[in-house]
Amino acid sequence: MLERSVTLSFKGCVQGALLCMPGFPGVVALGMVFGTVAAQKGLTFLETIMINSLVFAGASQFVAMEVYSDPLTWGSLIAMVGVTAAVNMRMLLIGASLRPWLGQVPAYKTYPALYFLTDLNWLISLSEYEKGTRDWGVYLGSGLFTWTVWSLSVIPGYFAGSLISDPKAFGLDVILPAFFSALLVPLWKGKRQTVSWLVAGAVATTTWALVGGYWSIFTGAIAGALAGAYLDD
Amino acid sequence: MTDGMFSADAMFMLAVLGMTVATYTLRAGGYWVMGRLPLTQRVRRGLEALPGAIIVSTILPIVLQGGLAVGLCLIVAAAAQIKLRKEYIAVFCAAAAAAGMRAAGI
Repeated sequence: MLERSVTLSFKGCVQGALLCMPGFPGVVALGMVFGTVAAQKGLTFLETIMINSLVFAGASQFVAMEVYSDPLTWGSLIAMVGVTAAVNMRMLLIGASLRPWLGQVPAYKTYPALYFLTDLNWLISLSEYEKGTRDWGVYLGSGLFTWTVWSLSVIPGYFAGSLISDPKAFGLDVILPAFFSALLVPLWKGKRQTVSWLVAGAVATTTWALVGGYWSIFTGAIAGALAGAYLDD
Repeated sequence: MTDGMFSADAMFMLAVLGMTVATYTLRAGGYWVMGRLPLTQRVRRGLEALPGAIIVSTILPIVLQGGLAVGLCLIVAAAAQIKLRKEYIAVFCAAAAAAGMRAAGI
């Protein structure tokens, strides 16, 4: 199979940032809610900015704030790191699936860029790769853009918690899952996907019912990938 | 503006550092491992199936937790995408459907 080489351009970065726009209201709403939660838990402004911009992983930050206590003990410190790792376990798989895409790019560029890996820019990069894009600026631009928006959106949330008191009323909470759902559509090619997705769905549902939390993403994704790997045409 | 606004607790910073390192390790770890596995036909097929499987496994628990309204919104998004192939519109339709259903009390 002839593979075109992977490039990086500013134009690609801009394109990546633009492709984030459908998810933009969802990211802003989530970031603002995190700012509000952080303020309610008694974090200082600096602490809020640090946890939000350095960890840069939405769901895990919320779960970590659930186990946060003031003053912070060693026990709750370890719990915060532990739940963060558990919630972000899916990053292992998301990163793995980018290997064919970014594998040609030198390591000194990809490893710093992987810091900006999120579900959103992963999803965008992946659907662009499917369409034949080989400019990894799409990944980088969407990652940097998401990070910037995420970092800024926490600020109004911290100071004016009641700005969006109920994101659900505006349907803001369904934006990211809806984006996922929309981008799943072009990935469907035939029987292989049907079987793999059914397996993933069944295992994820079972895991969710038995243990709850975020483990279902991990178990379901692995089961679905294995089904895809062992299903011969 | 209080003085405390720009202060940070040492233990808290340590927690943030731990969370950052853990998350980065996961972000880079899967990618790193895949560079060291021989890319056989099976591994390739598994990697190809992975994205869809991740998406399905991410969405389903959200639907189970969110109930009928969320499930319907995601069906709206998928249907709009099948018809129009425009993510913007699909996402907008889903959010509008959610806002509408919540206003109606579903």
